[in-house]
Amino acid sequence: MQEAAYGYGAEPLLSGLTLELAPGSFHFLTGPSGAGKTTFLKLCYAELLPTSGHVGILGEDASAISRDAVADLRARIGVVHQDCQFLDHLPTEDNIALPLTVTGRDTSRAAGDLSELVEWVGLSSRAKALPPELSGGERQRAALARAIITDPDLILADEPTGNVDWEMSVRLLQLLVELNRMGKTVLVATHDLGLIRAAKSQVQARVLRIRNGQIATAGADL
Amino acid sequence: MSVVGDAASLLRRDAQADRIVPRSGQSARLTVFTSAAMAFLAVFALALSLASGRLADRWSSALAQSSTIRLSAPTAEIEAQTTAILSVLEQTPGVESARTITDAEQRTLLEPWFGPDLPVEDLPVPRLIEITEGPQGYDPTGLRQRLAAEAPGAVLDDHTRWREPLVEAAGRLRLLGWVSLGLIAGATGALITLAAQAALSANARVIGVLRLVGARDAYIARAFVRRFTIRALSGAAGGTALGMAGVALLPGSEASASFLTGLGFSGSAWLLPLTIPPLAGLVAFAATRVAAYRTLRGLQ
Repeated sequence: MQEAAYGYGAEPLLSGLTLELAPGSFHFLTGPSGAGKTTFLKLCYAELLPTSGHVGILGEDASAISRDAVADLRARIGVVHQDCQFLDHLPTEDNIALPLTVTGRDTSRAAGDLSELVEWVGLSSRAKALPPELSGGERQRAALARAIITDPDLILADEPTGNVDWEMSVRLLQLLVELNRMGKTVLVATHDLGLIRAAKSQVQARVLRIRNGQIATAGADL
Repeated sequence: MSVVGDAASLLRRDAQADRIVPRSGQSARLTVFTSAAMAFLAVFALALSLASGRLADRWSSALAQSSTIRLSAPTAEIEAQTTAILSVLEQTPGVESARTITDAEQRTLLEPWFGPDLPVEDLPVPRLIEITEGPQGYDPTGLRQRLAAEAPGAVLDDHTRWREPLVEAAGRLRLLGWVSLGLIAGATGALITLAAQAALSANARVIGVLRLVGARDAYIARAFVRRFTIRALSGAAGGTALGMAGVALLPGSEASASFLTGLGFSGSAWLLPLTIPPLAGLVAFAATRVAAYRTLRGLQ
């Protein structure tokens, strides 16, 4: 990002955003509610385009690419949305396989991978359940599985532990750390400072803080 | 946004893609019902248009080549004037043949009004002379002038006076039939567009999720277009079948020469209504495609 800014009205919510996420790095993004964490993530997967400045995603200029190119780019980014964004009429395993389905990849050939992935996130017994039947933790794990099924280069997670207990939060964090160890770039937006502290022993993470619309690397106070 | 690609996707059944869009009962029923009702009406509009065409052709061809001379004269002069008329007609260019209608034929013509035993020979019924025109036709104004000189009691009726309005009416009726078909196609398109837009609005969240996980616009649009096109096709097929059955059950034209009893298809014209379901599918394909891409353009 280079001097990127975004605002929903006349006043910019975020401005002067200049940073780069190095491949294979792990980042936390923190800040109070309403600070713009979700907006920042949306800029990272081109759901929003900057009102000024430049956002480059996996080598593409987000403001200059076609709608099809945006879709192709999103297929290379795994996003764990705060509200999971499932299709409630499809079973959980079909929701997890959705990024493969919509990009025309043969899900029957990837069935083995899908089943391994479902097992890895601990949802084997819940694969046929509809999303509304899942608990908060199960939903977050399913969302994480969907985010990584295409083997993306970048994983973005928006408050992935927002609706789960501490034990589940730690488990989700461990999954994200494992993915980072596999070489994925991970950015986790959270207001849970306890989670960030818990991660320090597992991964070398850079902590970014949004304050007054600006982003900065947080200090040792975290 | 390839039309060909979208059309080709109709033929490839993709079970997974079909499941992605939830089945919305109301818009599905609306599309099927609308297509069925419109196809049913289209069959009748088509039958009306074809029947009007046949009628116009029949009237113009049957009457255009013939005309009649009606002779009203004192009994003593009637034979002389008849001879004079036939002589004039013989010398008139464009007249192929002419003959006097016999008493028996006149009796047959009058039978519906006066019964079978009418003594035509004792009544002051005008004598009728039937003229058959040649391909070039004759000059009616010149013939009238010569008849006025040779047989003052003769009146030439070339049927123009009532043939033209009838042919014109049949032509207008045919045009109305085609206009009705156009309106039916337009109304079908409009209603399917509304149903598609309702379905797209109801599934805005689904569309948003699909975009977020990397679906291209073409993939999302095709899921909706395929569903609506198939619904329109199946509804129109049912409506067409019912319409054709309805037309087949109308009384046959042999029973009477009336226009209403001739409202139907004959011979290869029975194949024409079979084009209605594919056309309804085409209208649904175009209407849903436009609605889908318009909705998608509103999303990042």
